[in-house]
Amino acid sequence: MSVARLGAFTAPDLPSLEGIRACVHCGICLPQCPTYRVLGEEMDSPRGRIYLMRAAAEERLEPTEAFARHMDLCLGCRACESACPAGVPFGALLEATRFQLARRGLSSEPRLLTRLIFAVFPHPGRMGLLLGALRLYQRSGLQRLVRASGLLRLAPRLAAMEALLPLVPPREPLPELIPARGGRRGRLGLLTGCVQRHLYPQVNRDTARLLSLAGWDVIVPREQGCCGALDLHGGRLGAFRRRARALAAQFAGDLDYVVTSAAGCGSAMKEYGHWLPEAAEVGALARRVRDVSQVLVDADLPLGRLETSVTYHDACHLAHGQKLRNEPRALLARVPGLRLVPLADSELCCGSAGVYNLVEPEMAERLLDMKISRILATGARVVAAANPGCLLQIAKGCRARGLDIEVVHPVELVARALPA
Amino acid sequence: MSLSPAAVKELQRILGPQGLVTTPEGRLVYECDMHTLYKGMPDAVALPTRTEQVQAVVDLCRRERVPVVPRGSGTGLIGGAMAPRGGVMVSLNRMDRILDIDLANRCATVQPGLINLWLTRAVSDRGYFFAPDPSSQMVSSIGGNVATNAGGPHCLKYGITTNHVLGLEMVTGRGELVRLGGKAMDRPGYDLTGAAVGSEGTFGLVTAITVRLLHAPEAVKTVLASFATIGEASETVSDIIAAGMIPAALEMLDAVIIRAINAGIGAGYPDRAGAVLLIELDGPTAEVEVQGERCAALCRRHRALEVRVAHDEAERALLWKGRKEAAGAVGRLTSSYLLQDAVVPRSKLPQIMREMETIAARHGVLIANVFHAGDGNLHPLICYDDRKPEELARAVRANEELLHACIELGGSVTGEHGVGVDKAENLTLQYSEADLNFMYRLRRVFDPDGIMNPGKLLPSHPACAEGFRPSRPVLPTGAWI
Repeated sequence: MSVARLGAFTAPDLPSLEGIRACVHCGICLPQCPTYRVLGEEMDSPRGRIYLMRAAAEERLEPTEAFARHMDLCLGCRACESACPAGVPFGALLEATRFQLARRGLSSEPRLLTRLIFAVFPHPGRMGLLLGALRLYQRSGLQRLVRASGLLRLAPRLAAMEALLPLVPPREPLPELIPARGGRRGRLGLLTGCVQRHLYPQVNRDTARLLSLAGWDVIVPREQGCCGALDLHGGRLGAFRRRARALAAQFAGDLDYVVTSAAGCGSAMKEYGHWLPEAAEVGALARRVRDVSQVLVDADLPLGRLETSVTYHDACHLAHGQKLRNEPRALLARVPGLRLVPLADSELCCGSAGVYNLVEPEMAERLLDMKISRILATGARVVAAANPGCLLQIAKGCRARGLDIEVVHPVELVARALPA
Repeated sequence: MSLSPAAVKELQRILGPQGLVTTPEGRLVYECDMHTLYKGMPDAVALPTRTEQVQAVVDLCRRERVPVVPRGSGTGLIGGAMAPRGGVMVSLNRMDRILDIDLANRCATVQPGLINLWLTRAVSDRGYFFAPDPSSQMVSSIGGNVATNAGGPHCLKYGITTNHVLGLEMVTGRGELVRLGGKAMDRPGYDLTGAAVGSEGTFGLVTAITVRLLHAPEAVKTVLASFATIGEASETVSDIIAAGMIPAALEMLDAVIIRAINAGIGAGYPDRAGAVLLIELDGPTAEVEVQGERCAALCRRHRALEVRVAHDEAERALLWKGRKEAAGAVGRLTSSYLLQDAVVPRSKLPQIMREMETIAARHGVLIANVFHAGDGNLHPLICYDDRKPEELARAVRANEELLHACIELGGSVTGEHGVGVDKAENLTLQYSEADLNFMYRLRRVFDPDGIMNPGKLLPSHPACAEGFRPSRPVLPTGAWI
């Protein structure tokens, strides 16, 4: 039976009442929540946010801008889900609630900026054009001029965007087929990710190289679009579903797995079934999705020595979203000579969270500060993180502080250990 | 009673732009702690970061005659951190620094908002720990532990919070900043630290706490014994205690809670057992080995189905994670429950567990059990659906009957959670009028205007049950409030 209404929420895509009611208010999530750690306020904690959703569902509260503010400030990192003994599906509740708020036009975030972001980021072609222009901006000396002028101080969000951007590398598309080398194990599809393919092409290149060495034919559909993760987290469920369907068509071939090394994309794709229960082909894609660490952890790879100390930051959508904590560490630990130094609060969000650091620069910066101080305490000069957002954010933090710390994806380190 | 606009303005001045919550959304989420049945929205929530701010807030509330309700992490189980009469809630969780670690004197001074487990984390690499370990220790604040005189699994051997608090800094209900006790073991004069621990914010707001740190034991052994019935497990507990052993912890879990824990945490408890005992022994290696054998033998004598020892720290940690997060994992079975905290003499454990089964059957309620069997401190979780008032009524009746049964067996209304609003009326089952009157007068010494966490800890007198009467002068003889 479908319910048309849940208190202040209206169908479709109601937040799950069962999910909300599973919360028994124990508070175990509080110390794991980045916004609670920073602000120390109940309404910016998972327990508080669920309580607000529940109040709206029970018609004790009408959603307002203030209500939306507490939902918008959430990073969607889902650390609370990992902590929750009652199994509250916080991520899905948040996404459904944001969808409800978006439909009512309730948002505390700057509309123009979010419109711009969503008009560019999920479109690989437009993203390429924008980044091409930005590459020009960086190389022509204009960047130095703008930075010196102090103009950026007038627009803090623009400044956040500008500071986040690393040197844009030249475009470097992968071939559509990278054949297996050595004993052939099967065929994989590779999702390259909208941000990753433009800003971290070497991560995709290393991923494909390692997979091929491990015996997989790697198929890289040229026309692959966006997985829809950004839309999903922003509560733009319509756009998310369209992208999911289109992507499923791109990866419809005879593939054993669809692999990505972008944790945020992998997490969203693994959840397709929840949001599109009727679409069999989308569900089939979701079941085949694997993070690169899952496929490589026990693969046969010719690894040489790499003498280095590395600390590992858990990308939220790998640790909390996909429950993958051991695989990436085990993969790194396979490299002879590589020493893994534990990072305190490694599962605490770095503040990147999709486009969060662009729309909520202040909170993102405070979290980045916490992350950098813990990285410094490890003494390691290399930080590994398995998501492009984290790479951008942590690298920006190191750059801004003048730190000589290298920020890399785990596959880059593994690839370095391959014989030349 | 609500706050005047002038008072709100003054609070804003004291606490700064980020330090005061007055929005409807903000106030709503502070309306209850973990005992969600009791709700009361504060008029404002203060989030101080400094002792002077706490003092200024209490001063203002005293002038305005509005209640002051303390809160830490909001994980209490007695409705202590909610505002039944409105007023200003003072949430101390932003005051969470460790002020001093003094290992030479085996103590530390912390701010009240510090999370319990974080103190142990800060000293564990040097071989020390903070002993009180309420199940909520990964989130509850030490200030909250002090307010409720919290216990925990390991209190069987190590004692409860009060045994580990050496000194307090407190803003009393008169707005004075006083220091009670200190680092020395014995201080001249009254033991006011002892009186203040467990006072649930009715004396004042604690702003710094000096606690004892202990050296970690040489060896720890964790034994898991499963039984077909609660009865056999209960008898084993009685025998272990009667044999003169004091395990560090001796916990019991029944089949219902095991189902929730395994589903929620995947802690690997035996899922076919009717009851499980989690027994932890610690101390010098030789002693731990001998006691481990003796405990295992006693378990087998009571027809244990399985006795196994956690073979590494990871397995031990997982068993404890399961135990400590049990009350949260019950969310897998029910959306709401009443959590009882009554105590019976340990020798009466088999008897009360039989009684509990009868009560559950009589009222048709599901009861999950996870508790500190070693000190007879029961924690039945009586499940109900909060959308069904009739179910709640049955749960409440079962809860009351159980409480009375415990008292009849020579027990107590509360073991470690505190009194709050939940147990205030029940104190009359345990204390005489003179006892309660004395406590009331003591409370007035610290808080002459009755602004500090009103409605909590002591029962209200029928003659003045209504409303808040902060400036009530002298009580009529023989009355208690």
